[in-house]
Amino acid sequence: MPKLKLPAPPIPLPKPLPKRPGAPRQTPVETATEAGISAVDWVDERTSLSGAARWMMFRKVPRGTNWFYTLGSSTMFAFLSQAVTGVFLAMYYRPDAAGGAYESIRYINNEVFLGEFVHGMHKWGSSVMVILIFLHMARTFFFGAYKYPRELNWGIGVALLILTMAMSFTGYLLPFDQRSYWATIVGVNINGTGPLVGPYLSDFLRAGPEFGATTLSRFYAIHMLLIPGIMAALIGAHLYLVAKLGTTAPPWLKPSDPVKKEEKA
Amino acid sequence: MNKQEKESYLREYALMKQEGKPFFPYAVAKDGAMAAVVMLSIILMSLFLGAELGPKADPTTTTYTPRPEWYFFFLFELLKVIKPAELVQLATIGVPTICMILLFLLPFYDRSPERRPERRPIATTAGIFTICAMGYLTYLGAHAGPPTQIDMETPPALVAQGGEKLEQFEAGKQVVTQSGCAACHKFGENGNDGPGPDLTDIAARLPEQAIARTLINPTAPMPSFQNLQEEEPEKFDAMVMYLSQLKGE
Repeated sequence: MPKLKLPAPPIPLPKPLPKRPGAPRQTPVETATEAGISAVDWVDERTSLSGAARWMMFRKVPRGTNWFYTLGSSTMFAFLSQAVTGVFLAMYYRPDAAGGAYESIRYINNEVFLGEFVHGMHKWGSSVMVILIFLHMARTFFFGAYKYPRELNWGIGVALLILTMAMSFTGYLLPFDQRSYWATIVGVNINGTGPLVGPYLSDFLRAGPEFGATTLSRFYAIHMLLIPGIMAALIGAHLYLVAKLGTTAPPWLKPSDPVKKEEKA
Repeated sequence: MNKQEKESYLREYALMKQEGKPFFPYAVAKDGAMAAVVMLSIILMSLFLGAELGPKADPTTTTYTPRPEWYFFFLFELLKVIKPAELVQLATIGVPTICMILLFLLPFYDRSPERRPERRPIATTAGIFTICAMGYLTYLGAHAGPPTQIDMETPPALVAQGGEKLEQFEAGKQVVTQSGCAACHKFGENGNDGPGPDLTDIAARLPEQAIARTLINPTAPMPSFQNLQEEEPEKFDAMVMYLSQLKGE
């Protein structure tokens, strides 16, 4: 059996030498810097997070990385914006099909400070996120970035695309106005025409054979608990793989010839 | 990709990476700028387009038009492209599911090591075709307004008869137009041809009772009119009467 080699235990850093007598006193800025450093040190000593942060932030991105490579991070940014605005909307929203839902949205729009603004950000943010996720996928597709060794990350991305569409489908019902109500009925009916699982899926979505009082709270739970949780986890995995495997270089660039480089120098 | 191709890719990639710059701050600066653009566009859209709330949801109403969010238009339009009733399943669930599976498995059937789009003619053409198709369907969906007018002639026999029958016919016509039937059905020159069948000559194909039954218990994805029948039977009867007079032009 091969011997397992454990990493050597860390050697504690030598204590800083005491100040020479008569050295000038520390300025407040120096004191603050030192306090900050020692606080970070304290956390790092207990978590070793600095390694992970360095690994994430100071990895190299290949030559030729251009603006197309910002589409993924901006999709994530749109997701974060949806999460934050969604939390504020959830503070006022009531998933009550008997009229409370519609009233609470009206209250948000008309009474709450900046209510309609946040509601609008959430509503239009979903469109922005859908556009960005499709652009990000198009970039990945045309640059051949889904190929070895990034196949798994492509799969996670497709799952995230489907979940994003599911988010917007479940969110569309929540204002509970005429448009959202009838569009969702047709949407659920469309699900019901599917072979095999179709009828079960639409029964699950409606919480029964009829569109009833619990349908709305079911959509609400799926929209703000189930799918966002899965999405956050998948985004984490997606990011981990991006950092581990690295972002692709633009496909038309080749590494410059080391011989030529030496000649130039 | 065989082992040699994999290794040569990894070697090439390692070299490219060596020539690159650190993620922080170079890539982070670009990402940050893009995030600011995204934030700004969301804020501007919110300020200028707002978040209007329509009238309150009412299961008994007859004046509605089921319209999804714009980025679902292409799925909705797919229902109109694929007509025959036996293929509806294919349009609603079949095609999207097949597309999703194809998308998931893409790296497993496209195994060539080539990455440049101009040297992958099949993949690039398929990608551009998909984008164009989705764009075209979205455009169709955006322009397929729910017409609220039906210009079909009133049957002359009914006009001659006049009286209560004619009144009921007109009332039924109003219910049908208000219910947004024309969003999915064709009435002579008006209405959208699909997803639902053409109703221009529905009476020639279905007897009155069958029309009523279909309205109460329709084929998905059409919504049921059972609530209307229970709450306002005279409106429902007018609707059935109107439809049972449509014998084509």
